[in-house]
Amino acid sequence: MNSFYLNVLVSGLLIGIVYALIALGLTIIFGVMRVVNFAHGEMVVIGMYAGYWMWTATHLPPWLLAIPAGALLFVIGYWLQKLIINAYIDRPQHTQFILFISLALIITGLHLVLFGPDPRPIQDAITMQSYVFGTLRIDKVRAQAALTALLVIAALVAFLRYSTLGRAIRAAADNLIGAQVIGISVKRVYAVTAGIGLACAGAAGALISPMFDTQPFLATDFTLIAFIIVIVGGLGSMTGALLGGVLIGLAEAIAALAFSPALKTLFSYALLVFVLLLRPNGLFGERERS
Amino acid sequence: MRALCSQWPALAFFALLAVVGLVIDPFWQSLLTLVFFYAFMGMTWNLMMTAGLLSLGHALFLGLGAYSTAVLSQTYGWNPWLAIAAGAILSSIIGVVITWIGVRFSVKGVHFALLTIAFAELTRVIFDNWELVGGTGGYFLKAINPDTNRPLESLRGGTLYFYLAFLAITVAGYAIVTILMNSRWGYRWRALHEDEEAARALGVPALRSKIFVVAISAGLAGIGGGVMAMMQGSLFPDSIMGLRLSIEVLIAPIIGGLGSLFGPVVGAFFVVPLMEASNVLGQSTGLFGLNTLIYGVVILLVITFLPEGIWPRVVRLLRPRERK
Repeated sequence: MNSFYLNVLVSGLLIGIVYALIALGLTIIFGVMRVVNFAHGEMVVIGMYAGYWMWTATHLPPWLLAIPAGALLFVIGYWLQKLIINAYIDRPQHTQFILFISLALIITGLHLVLFGPDPRPIQDAITMQSYVFGTLRIDKVRAQAALTALLVIAALVAFLRYSTLGRAIRAAADNLIGAQVIGISVKRVYAVTAGIGLACAGAAGALISPMFDTQPFLATDFTLIAFIIVIVGGLGSMTGALLGGVLIGLAEAIAALAFSPALKTLFSYALLVFVLLLRPNGLFGERERS
Repeated sequence: MRALCSQWPALAFFALLAVVGLVIDPFWQSLLTLVFFYAFMGMTWNLMMTAGLLSLGHALFLGLGAYSTAVLSQTYGWNPWLAIAAGAILSSIIGVVITWIGVRFSVKGVHFALLTIAFAELTRVIFDNWELVGGTGGYFLKAINPDTNRPLESLRGGTLYFYLAFLAITVAGYAIVTILMNSRWGYRWRALHEDEEAARALGVPALRSKIFVVAISAGLAGIGGGVMAMMQGSLFPDSIMGLRLSIEVLIAPIIGGLGSLFGPVVGAFFVVPLMEASNVLGQSTGLFGLNTLIYGVVILLVITFLPEGIWPRVVRLLRPRERK
């Protein structure tokens, strides 16, 4: 019985790491551009479809498909920013909100037209297998997804820390005017940031495509999960998104065990309300800069 | 009252619609009924926006009104008028509580918007699992007998009755919003929206002004939900309280133009026929999802080319002299 609880906790932790990758994309876009991507879940679903179709065509292991899916979403994000979003950067919040809602509608509409509403499961042999350590059983797909997500996150952190472009992105997030003064092309930084943010969502989408049956209407759930994580962790904070993801993954697993699966989302929303009220900048967020 | 008189073109337009409703066939009656619903809900949402409060959970107020009206009048046998009033008061109280908590803990901007989503979704999940209101299986109103039914007692009826009912609340809502916006509260709300700190420094009671605007907005939304419940005859938490409805409610006022009283009405007249037309197109081509795609593309085009909405642009075209 004890090992049963341990199994649930470990699987919550593993899915939490993948959630963290989704949330990281949302928080990077907000941190740099001060724009809230309300179509983030739709981007995850694009990644899921990319994962599904590439798997159908090649039967490669799902974790490997996260790379092309991320690359695809990077390109989409880069051009979306250049062609459409850039004009909205300084517009009021509600206008930005409507922009992303219209993008979300367009993406969901395209998914429905192209692939239909039916769920598309990946029926690979690996989805049934698990690693066994004593009494602990871990789904192979989940473990590989979490590990890949960790690698992607590590690569991203290294990129932001050590590369010139990564430093430019951080500079633009810290002090926009200062960044412009020293000659950073803000437009380019924004486009790359949007690309990275969406690439996170896309890679995570491909990683979870063997776990959730891919279908267009999952998008809203993922958007809401990403929001809860990002707010709990602190909007704009990368560490916050990581810890928040793990926290929400664990919290959902515990709530599903302790109450009922139907109430697990209730738990997340309640957590969201408390964090908003007691620590509006998130558990790990910085204090508001004036 | 003088403010209301200066709105005579809008009131004449509504009077014309009342007459038109008597002669058109049921299809157009139902379509315009939906237009009135979204116009009314858009006005209530816009009211909060004028005080700088972005609500992304307006379906909460609508849904509370709808469920209270349905459950009180059906399960507990209350008079429907009382049931709607109770629903409006409940919505209003919940709205006030959320706003008080939000202001008390200084939750601002995006965070306030997310707080409204959180409360709305929290309530939706509770309703999903609440047996008394039917849970996810839905709550169903008893069928009415069209021969013995008296619409003004049961508040239910045929297509024409709901056409007139929604038109009536739209006109009433328009009048209330007009009067409020021209009262000192209207000026306080706009001042808070423009610059909260400056407004407070000038003595605007921020907390009271915000609580007042949400009380009115949520209460009116509750009434809209109550009438909607009577029309639909069945309620499901995911559709009457879901995030999707919260979003649908705010598209019309933003597309129509936020800065004006008439904007939400214009927006509804644009958005609802657009939804219906793209539905028809989607069904006739057999492409599931084409409607969503078209709807999204048109909204994107409108906000790209008419950033401040349709109505302000129309006004400028009609009165070119005032631009100087």
